Amino acid sequence: MTYFIIQSLNGLFSAALLFLIASGLTLAFGVMRIVNIAHGSFYMLGIYVAYTVTARTHSLLLGTAVALVVVATVGLVMQRFFLRRFTSQPLAQMMMTMGFALFFRDAALMIWGGDPFTLATPAVLSGSMDAGGIVFPWYRLFVIVVAALVGVGLWLLNDRTLIGARVRATVDDPEMAAATGINVSRLSGGVFAAGAALAAFGGVMGGPILGGYAGMDFDLLPLAFVVVIIGGMGSLKGALVGAIVVGMIDNYGKALVPELSYFTLFAPMILVLALKPTGLYGRA
Amino acid sequence: MAERKPRRGTWRLPALVTLGIFLIVGPPFVSPYWIGLLTQMVILAILAMSLDLLLGYTGLPSLGHAGFFGVAAYGVGILSTTYHASFWVSVAGGLLTGIVLAALLGLIVSHVRDVYFLMITLALGMVLWGLSYRWIPMTGGDNGISGIPRLESHAGLPVTGPIPFYYVALLVLAACSVLMMRLVASPFGLTLRGIRENERRMKSLGFNTWVHCYLSYVVSGAFASVSGVMWAYYNGFVSPTYLDLTASSELFLMVTLGGPATLAGPVFGAGAIVLLKNVMSAYTARWLLVLGIVYIATIMWAPQGLWNLGGRRSG
Repeated sequence: MTYFIIQSLNGLFSAALLFLIASGLTLAFGVMRIVNIAHGSFYMLGIYVAYTVTARTHSLLLGTAVALVVVATVGLVMQRFFLRRFTSQPLAQMMMTMGFALFFRDAALMIWGGDPFTLATPAVLSGSMDAGGIVFPWYRLFVIVVAALVGVGLWLLNDRTLIGARVRATVDDPEMAAATGINVSRLSGGVFAAGAALAAFGGVMGGPILGGYAGMDFDLLPLAFVVVIIGGMGSLKGALVGAIVVGMIDNYGKALVPELSYFTLFAPMILVLALKPTGLYGRA
Repeated sequence: MAERKPRRGTWRLPALVTLGIFLIVGPPFVSPYWIGLLTQMVILAILAMSLDLLLGYTGLPSLGHAGFFGVAAYGVGILSTTYHASFWVSVAGGLLTGIVLAALLGLIVSHVRDVYFLMITLALGMVLWGLSYRWIPMTGGDNGISGIPRLESHAGLPVTGPIPFYYVALLVLAACSVLMMRLVASPFGLTLRGIRENERRMKSLGFNTWVHCYLSYVVSGAFASVSGVMWAYYNGFVSPTYLDLTASSELFLMVTLGGPATLAGPVFGAGAIVLLKNVMSAYTARWLLVLGIVYIATIMWAPQGLWNLGGRRSG
């Protein structure tokens, strides 16, 4: 039982990180129909920038803030100067992001080298909790809570604010949204930048445990894709459900059948695709 | 697409003829280094054309296509080293591995389109890569498999060396080109283009679009396997890098840079990428950086590919 609870908590931790990352991916897709291959690069850049800033200033908080701002800016520049001119050409946009993904991958290797590292765990969150034999690191619990808060925040933003209403309108029908006076192009830039920042935030949050290493961008990308495919592209709720499914399966798969861990992960995706090609909460 | 009949550009036929003549008579007069490069170009041209069937003609953007190439190469590698299989068994085994895999994965991917197809093929490609990387008893993991015999000796050819190998590869390219050209000109190929342009209409005309997409995927995987078999013999070595995402995206660029739905374009695309990769390696180790920039530049300035520059619409 204890084993089961601890493994489930670990699964939730993976799910929390996946949700942070996949929510940005799915939002950008919903608004712009962009399959962003560079999304894993945003995740990677996030932790690398945070690492550099933290090493200089010894402030994890500052490192996180700078990482979010830098990566959001990178996303905004990409959207504004490279992706926007290919609106409604999904393949061209995908290839553009692929170009950037390759570029970032090699640039990161050039700037930061290939050595793996981890971020320091914040002092207040070091150690583990112990509740009746269930020992679980505080930091992991913290990440789960933070991701839940981000989820609630995104949901409130999406469902309860004017910005959210504009985003939903654009997801449903960009042309009609534009006709009602919504500045779709500016909104797209904002959503893309926010998605990039969310990926970077995921990188930083996972930093003390997963750390940064060369190749992490392409390692993460298929996971994020599977989450979005299972949940349905463009759906926040889908990203949440997909992240929990993938996080749990990934974790149990690695614990129980480590040799097959890659397969266990893709089995649910294949199942969902066979039954509902648009994903659990996606619309055609 | 207003224009259905391809209008021949003035420079394309001469370019093709020049290339053909050079490929046939050129190699004995160039240095061994260039023979090696030409061999790589010829083998990868088959691979690029195979993806063109899928991406260009059927409109299915596969980002995991290097998987078939790599798996077929592994088939040859494992059979010829671990099991000491004979030449034809190794070749058939390699091809069969790739084709069976395509037939299986095709069942999963054939009913999705566009961006879903792209994401799923990418994910499946990563599974194959993960398999080659982690199934260490079979694949040797990161170290790969080395010691694949030379094609000439394995096949029992009377001649040996880089030039005979080159001509074998060229022969395979010629055979594959003819087959693929016939395929895309056939009613089957026309139906694929119909699906690319308007699947719903093809459906209402009574075409089983699922079967067409499925067959296109399998045939494309089969030609990619041919290329993978040749590549395994060329390098004498197989490693997970053959089927990683970088390989698939290089391949994707060969087709897009060359010109999708032209078959000839991807041949030139493959040549251009091989050439660029080798030339750049003399100056910098940052190949991916260059590749990324070429990707972006292609989309910015030649989104229809080099073969389509000057107005001709691809077929």
